[in-house]
Amino acid sequence: MGQIEWAMWANEQALASGLILVAGGIVATAGRFTQWYFGTYAIAAGVLVCLLEYPRGSRAKGSTLERCGQRYLTAVLKLLGPLSRNYYFRAALHLALSVPAGFLLATILGTVCLVIASIIYLLAAVRGEQWTPIEPRPKERPQVGGTIKQPPSNPPPRPPVEARKKPGEEDATPAGGPPGGPRVNPIPVTDEVV
Amino acid sequence: MMGCWVLNESLPIIVVLLWLGMNLYLFMVTFRWYEEEESFLYTRVILGSTLAWAKASALCLNFNCMLILLPVSRNFISFVRGTSACCRGPWGRQLDKNLKFHKLVAYGIAVSAAIHIVAHLFNLERYHLSQSEEAPGLPAALSKLGNSPNESYLNPIRTAGTNPVIELLTTIAGITGLVLSLALILLMTSSTEFIRQVSYELFWYTHHVFIIFFISLALHGAGRIVRGQTPESLLLHNVTFCRNHYDKWHAVAQCPMPRFSGKEPSAWKWVLGPVVLYACERIIRFWRFQQEVVITKVISHPSGVLELRMKKRDFTMAPGQYIFIQCPAISLLEWHPFTLTSAPHEDFFSVHIRAAGDWTEALCEAFGAQGQDLKDPCSLPRLAVDGPFGAALTDVFHYPASVCIAAGIGVTPFAALLKSLWHKCCDSQSQLKPSKVYFYWICRDARAFEWFADLLLSLETQMSEQGKAHFLSYRIFLTGWDEDQALHIALHWDENTDVITGLKQKTFYGRPNWDDEFKQIAYSHPSSSIGVFFCGPRALSKSLQRMCRLYSSADPRGVHFYYSKESF
Repeated sequence: MGQIEWAMWANEQALASGLILVAGGIVATAGRFTQWYFGTYAIAAGVLVCLLEYPRGSRAKGSTLERCGQRYLTAVLKLLGPLSRNYYFRAALHLALSVPAGFLLATILGTVCLVIASIIYLLAAVRGEQWTPIEPRPKERPQVGGTIKQPPSNPPPRPPVEARKKPGEEDATPAGGPPGGPRVNPIPVTDEVV
Repeated sequence: MMGCWVLNESLPIIVVLLWLGMNLYLFMVTFRWYEEEESFLYTRVILGSTLAWAKASALCLNFNCMLILLPVSRNFISFVRGTSACCRGPWGRQLDKNLKFHKLVAYGIAVSAAIHIVAHLFNLERYHLSQSEEAPGLPAALSKLGNSPNESYLNPIRTAGTNPVIELLTTIAGITGLVLSLALILLMTSSTEFIRQVSYELFWYTHHVFIIFFISLALHGAGRIVRGQTPESLLLHNVTFCRNHYDKWHAVAQCPMPRFSGKEPSAWKWVLGPVVLYACERIIRFWRFQQEVVITKVISHPSGVLELRMKKRDFTMAPGQYIFIQCPAISLLEWHPFTLTSAPHEDFFSVHIRAAGDWTEALCEAFGAQGQDLKDPCSLPRLAVDGPFGAALTDVFHYPASVCIAAGIGVTPFAALLKSLWHKCCDSQSQLKPSKVYFYWICRDARAFEWFADLLLSLETQMSEQGKAHFLSYRIFLTGWDEDQALHIALHWDENTDVITGLKQKTFYGRPNWDDEFKQIAYSHPSSSIGVFFCGPRALSKSLQRMCRLYSSADPRGVHFYYSKESF
């Protein structure tokens, strides 16, 4: 249990709570329930929570699957700086947002879910977790000519493969053959064409 | 044969349509009943048609909650698979998709619950409005029923001006309803694919909230607050006449005061059976936990793979089955599934475990796989084993030709199969139905081949000795290498045995070209049904399934590929 990243679950829970708040708010507002203005508040709070929670933070180790199209919101969240990074702030924000919705029956489920998300975020914050944005990996441009190896630098006859390896790999090959690099031919080689 | 193939491919769709059809049927029937039933006429005066919506979705919820525990009762599924003859072939393969069905039913519960909650929100609001001063005539009169001592109430909200939230929290139905919705949401947010990958333990422990879910479900209707008229009252009280004369009820003889009662809760009747069944499953698991497991050998393979050979009393297995292993020293509550890699004829059973998460890493460390000194056998941690379950691979023996494809650690079920095939092959009494088995193993790391290279080597020699070398055709594909390895391979290219595996069959490099392979197999077996078995990642599974469909002939007498996937 020691390795659980609570923030990941808190994020899922908070996103679900935001959606439930929005749904409850729509039901209350459309049905014109008593005190339906709490419903409009719930819609607004739910949308805010969803926007805040949609970009998934990156995991401490391993790769993280991004949500569809979260790059744009990630950029916005990065601007907020510590407000988006710190989970204590998120826990407090969710707790504060959830309280007014607790007065209306249609949104009370959203309230309780958001409170639970807030508690999980508090747990994550206590364990020192932080929200780090998922950086897009720079597209690896194929290096033009990167796979072309240098042509042999010494003329034939050349020493065998083992001896031609780079100096770092010499431990792998048994001591056989002169070291790599241009070889000095014992017999002088001349060009026949004059 | 063609009919069989069509049935095989379309059975999942048939099962889904059956389930959906049943849900819709239950919904429609209940909806109509509550919309037209006379005993609920007065209730409908207050609530409108949201009563029917709530009750119809409640019935769907009962149905789905009954179904949801069945796919995860593994012993029950093994029992069904073993006893009925109809569960061979396509129906048996559907039993392997139990987890998919579990998720489907869970989505059904979520949708029905959403409808139910929204409908009841409207209901509570309308009850609340009927009790207020501005309520129109008939609903107000109905709501006042129950104030005098001899009357039974219709409107569960008895006082005007209260906040519906308070009303919710003071009724059994309200509290259990809130707990139920909360449990459902927690269950779903901790079961997303992402969370299961991030932390399987979190998913598993949070999933036990289902216990609270079922208890609340059983208690949910106990308050009986949504009421209809009693049958005796209907006989005396003429509803069609009296509804227009509500101010004269106590005076007119045709309209004595109507009496109301709530229906008794029925959810527990739906879920009692599956809950008892699942409780038995857990009891069986606990009993198996008590049984002794003797570890006979611990082998540490390269690439962080640990092989454990064990013995247990009365343990019988078939190739391709899997077991659950628990190590109390690491975690008391976690059971993890592993495929069996030994064959039935051996006197032990074995699993190969790769360190890929918290629990497996802890296990490998506990068994000394990290290269430490040899551990004293008595100091090895105790293990508990549950199973075996599943059986996708015994079907290999029923096809005239089979193709087995494994990727990486997915080779484990096929290891058991190959050992079993070899043993049957050597046993001259038994006539093997399969005349040809094609085996493909795709691996990213050359070191991983060492897990089973000795098995393949012994298979190869035995088959050539017995003259049955054509029976098993295997190809090994290496998809990852570095420059050193490439140079080494190129140097030893022309030798008799392969430089990586030591087998006569040379290793191939890069991914297999499935079009070519399937074409060749279809050409060699023109009019047979060929079973294709795969264990590995999902992307490859999809492309193999596509290949099977592509190369199966439209002619009923032609070649047909039957695809089945083994996965956890």
